Amino acid sequence: MKRRVVVTGVGVLSPIGNDRETFWNRLIRGESGIGPVTRFDPSNFPTQIAGEVKDFDPLDYMERKEARRMDRFVQFAVAATKMALQDAALDMEKEDPNRVGVYIGSGIGGLATWEEQHKVLLNKGPRRVSPFFIPMMIANMAAGQVSIMTGAKGPTSAAISACATGTHSIGDAFKIIQRGDADVMIAGGAEATITPMAFAGFCAARAMSTRNEEPQKASRPFDKERDGFVMGEGAGVLILESLEHAEKRGASIIAELAGYGMSSDAHHLTAPAPEGEGACRAMQQAMKDAGLSPEEIDYINAHGTSTDLNDKFETMAIKNAFGEHAQRLAVSSNKSMIGHLLGAAGGVEAIATALTVKTGMIPPTINLETPDPECDLDYVPNQARESKVRAALSNSLGFGGHNATLLFKSYEGV
Amino acid sequence: MEEIFERVKSIIVDRLGVEEGEVTMDASIKDDLGADSLDIMDLVLELETEFKMEISDEQAEKISTVGDVVNFIKSNQ
Repeated sequence: MKRRVVVTGVGVLSPIGNDRETFWNRLIRGESGIGPVTRFDPSNFPTQIAGEVKDFDPLDYMERKEARRMDRFVQFAVAATKMALQDAALDMEKEDPNRVGVYIGSGIGGLATWEEQHKVLLNKGPRRVSPFFIPMMIANMAAGQVSIMTGAKGPTSAAISACATGTHSIGDAFKIIQRGDADVMIAGGAEATITPMAFAGFCAARAMSTRNEEPQKASRPFDKERDGFVMGEGAGVLILESLEHAEKRGASIIAELAGYGMSSDAHHLTAPAPEGEGACRAMQQAMKDAGLSPEEIDYINAHGTSTDLNDKFETMAIKNAFGEHAQRLAVSSNKSMIGHLLGAAGGVEAIATALTVKTGMIPPTINLETPDPECDLDYVPNQARESKVRAALSNSLGFGGHNATLLFKSYEGV
Repeated sequence: MEEIFERVKSIIVDRLGVEEGEVTMDASIKDDLGADSLDIMDLVLELETEFKMEISDEQAEKISTVGDVVNFIKSNQ
C-alpha cells in the first residue's frame, strides 16, 4: 500500500499577487498581471512586456545580509516557503528535521546575478568578481537556502527541466514521501529571469509575444491570434505531507496529490513532438499512478503557453489521452493571466490546481476571443466557472522535450 | 584615522548587517561581527574599491579586528 500524500499549505509570489488570497481571487476574476517591462530598459527588444512581481521587498521575509547573498529567484523561494509554512501551520521546531526535505527547482537560476557579474569581469577583471557570484547564481540554491532557513535536513534537491521544473520538483518530492524517505517536503519552483540576456535569447528564438501595445491581451492561449508566450516571474511552494503526518498534527488539508507522470519527447530542442505524443504519455502515466480512469478527471490546468505549437499539440495530446471524455473536460491556462513563469510555472499552477479541487472554482482562460479550429476543447473562456472537480491534472512541458503531469484529487476527510 | 574608521565602519555595517555600535576597533570581524570566509573576501573587495588599493590574500589573512583593518589602510595608503 502506497503512502498517501496531501497538500497542507501553499505560498505564492506572482504577477497577480504576493500571497495566496490575492493570487487566487485575481485568478478567479480573470485579471491579467502583464505590463511593460520595468526591471530593465527593453526599448531595443522586440518584446517589451512581462509579468513582473510587484512590490516585493525581500526584507519582509529575511535579514538584509541574507537578502544580499541571494539572487531574486532565491529570495522568491524563501519568501514563498515562509508563507507556505505559515499557511500549513507547520512549526519546524516541533518536527524531526531529518524527516523534512526540500525540492525546489529553477529553470534557469540566477541569471540577473550572472549578467551583473559578467559585466564586472569584462570591465574590471576577474579579481573584482564577487565571492558570492557562484553561490548566488547556481540553480539549486533556492533549495539550498530554504533548507538553511528552515533547518530541514531530509532529502533535498532541485529539478532543472526548463518549463517543467516546478512540476518535476513537486512530483519527485511526492515520490520521496510516498516511498517513506520523508514525512514532509517543501516543494515547488522559483524563477526571476526578466533580464536582458533572457529576453534577447527568447526573442532570438521568436518564442515571445510582441503584442507590446496591448500587454494584458498578449498572453492568449488557445486563441487563433496568439503570437508567443509572455514571460512571468515568481515562485510557488507547496507543503506536502504524508496523510498520516498531516492527520496526526491536525493539519487542514487542501487536496490530495495522488499521481505523477513524466516522459520525454526525444524529438527536438524546443518544439514539442507532433500531436503532443510525449505530453499524452505523461498524462496517462499520472492517471495510472493514481489509479484513476480518464472519466474520473474533471479539469486540466494546461501548460497552455500561448505559442502556436504548444497549444495545438497539447490539445491533441489531451484528445489522445482522454478520447471522448476530452470534450467533457474543463481545460484552462493560468498563463493567460500570469504569463509563463518558466521553472516556477509548475509550482504556481500546482497551487492553482489544488485550490481548484478544494474550492470547485475553475479559473478561466482569458483573452480567448477568436476560436482556433485546431484548439476546440472547453477552455473555460474568459469567465471562471463553479463546478465540482473530483480530480484534476496540472501539465508542464519543457524545452528539451521534458513532460510532467501532476494529479490532484479532492480530499474529503474519511 | 577617525575618517578611515568611519568609512570602514559603514562598509562593515552595510556588508555584514551589524549594528553601528558593534563595530569597535577591538571587535573581531569573524568572532564578534559574524563574518564567514565569503564575507571576508567580499569585504576585501569593497575595501579595495573604497580605498583604491590592493590587499593580497596573505595580507588579508593577518587581519582579525576592525582595528587591524584601519591600521593596515593607514599604513598602506
